[in-house]
Amino acid sequence: MRDTVYIGSGAGFAGDRVDAAGPVVATLAQLSGPRFLVFETLAERTLALCQLARRTDPSRGYSPAMDRFLSPVLAPCLAAGIRIIGNFGAANPHAAAARIAALAQAAGYSPRIAVVDGSNLTDALTPAEFAARETGGRLLAGRDSIVSADAYIGAAPIADALNRGADIVVTGRIADPALVLGPLMHAFGWGEADWDLLAAGTLAGHLLECGAQVSGGYFADPGVKDVPDLAHVGYPIAEVARDGTIRITKPAGTGGRIDHFTVAEQMLYEIHDPAAYLTPDVVMDITGARIEDLGGDTVRVSGVRGHPRPDTLKATVCFSTGFLAEAEISYAGPNADRRARLAAELVRTRMAELAPDLQVRVDAFGIASVFNDTPGATLAGLWPETRATDVRLRFAAQSEDATSLERLLDEVEALYCAGPAGGGGVRRHLTPRLASASCLVERGLTAPRFTLLERQA
Amino acid sequence: MTIVPLTEPLLLHRLAHARAGDKGNRLNIAVVCRCPEAYAALAPQVTAERVAELFAARRPSKVVRYDLPNLAAFNFVLDDVLDGGVNASLGLDGHGKCLSFLLLGLALTPTPEVQSALAALASAPVAFQAQ
Repeated sequence: MRDTVYIGSGAGFAGDRVDAAGPVVATLAQLSGPRFLVFETLAERTLALCQLARRTDPSRGYSPAMDRFLSPVLAPCLAAGIRIIGNFGAANPHAAAARIAALAQAAGYSPRIAVVDGSNLTDALTPAEFAARETGGRLLAGRDSIVSADAYIGAAPIADALNRGADIVVTGRIADPALVLGPLMHAFGWGEADWDLLAAGTLAGHLLECGAQVSGGYFADPGVKDVPDLAHVGYPIAEVARDGTIRITKPAGTGGRIDHFTVAEQMLYEIHDPAAYLTPDVVMDITGARIEDLGGDTVRVSGVRGHPRPDTLKATVCFSTGFLAEAEISYAGPNADRRARLAAELVRTRMAELAPDLQVRVDAFGIASVFNDTPGATLAGLWPETRATDVRLRFAAQSEDATSLERLLDEVEALYCAGPAGGGGVRRHLTPRLASASCLVERGLTAPRFTLLERQA
Repeated sequence: MTIVPLTEPLLLHRLAHARAGDKGNRLNIAVVCRCPEAYAALAPQVTAERVAELFAARRPSKVVRYDLPNLAAFNFVLDDVLDGGVNASLGLDGHGKCLSFLLLGLALTPTPEVQSALAALASAPVAFQAQ
């Protein structure tokens, strides 16, 4: 058995660059030993949207971006013996696998493809039973229907599928770091109670799961912390040793940077208690983690500890909450801030008469928008003495009652003729809204498993 | 000791960088020191209480700071500040991603420790090894 496993990141989210994997695959192809390419492309809401797509067409329901991500690298990976793991499957991993088989066949290959599923809980519990298991809120209380529910399952079925010789493993919802931990469990034979090693593999996965976020993406602050050639940022490659030591690098000749700072930011990304990061496979403790800057865009990470995995799994439950309405209008030039403020007051006054129960948020780009708050205290404290001369107002509301939302959009548009002087550039949108809640569910409700597809002749 | 001239408000942005992450209605902001000296300088100033004040308009129900001396970093966890979370918020940035820079706008008192950290940063801004 080899003592180093190489795992490259092909994508860190559904909207990621589709040409990012190319240099990673070219680098892995030059190496020998176990090599894997992982794709994380499944946002919380993506799964619910895919569930809806599958209901209208049983051959759909997997990540709509899969073809764009896979097509450029499928043949090079298969030619070089780089195995691929991705959560493209979303609500329909079997359909995704069939599509991958077709793509591979068109390229002249017939790989062994494994499907991992068993995370779907949509029909496993009633809405009331989900509500009883909700954590961190009471969004599900009293709801009589949900759109989808999926648990974050662990890495074991990926490792099992690889043990059986799968070249490509396609999953639905699974804990993001499991996409990396699975190959490591397979390559090193790590057991399900090797807590420190499982934690090291989970940390490697955590560092890779957002793609370039560890290698200079989402990091540049010009003049403060600059990133070379961000336009061609290199996606990360983890070199993991049998003892769980991790080295993070990126392909030669790519942009970006990997050092203490980029890795520390990503290590803590979406972490709450750093002594207890809960995953289905292990409870990860990074309080003793060390990052050694080796220079040359390489760091070594060690010192992570693991504790026995939790009894329950996290599940995301998606449900419809009607619609989100957004409308915008601009004011510029002399006295723009006071004209914008008047426009905001007019819309509030009108809406109080037309739809008094509707909560309307008002932002003012150029004064306070992303730092504003929904009740509007921040903006109210800044208005009207901002001297801003290019202000764009944004009104937003949500409701299951589309009619009252249309009223809001109409009122913003009516500012054209009935509002303050010089308003322009109205845009309006009404979009269906899926919200999500988190639950803790019993492991026994899930059925994590893999299936090997019949190989094409 | 080198005294760094202060011609404008001294902000946390000078000594640290940050990244925000969301889970539901909970926000975490990792604050990573730009030099090892900054960790001790910031620890007494960038407290959970001050962060709660800075985010008061978002009405946090709880703010906790976790310390990571190995990484020269702090992790702040703010509960119930995301207007219900990315799929429920009426705001543009439902993830709260921009809020890392709200925290970096925190004003610092130029204590001797802060002055030392600024001087250390000015003299050796490149390599970093946490203590």
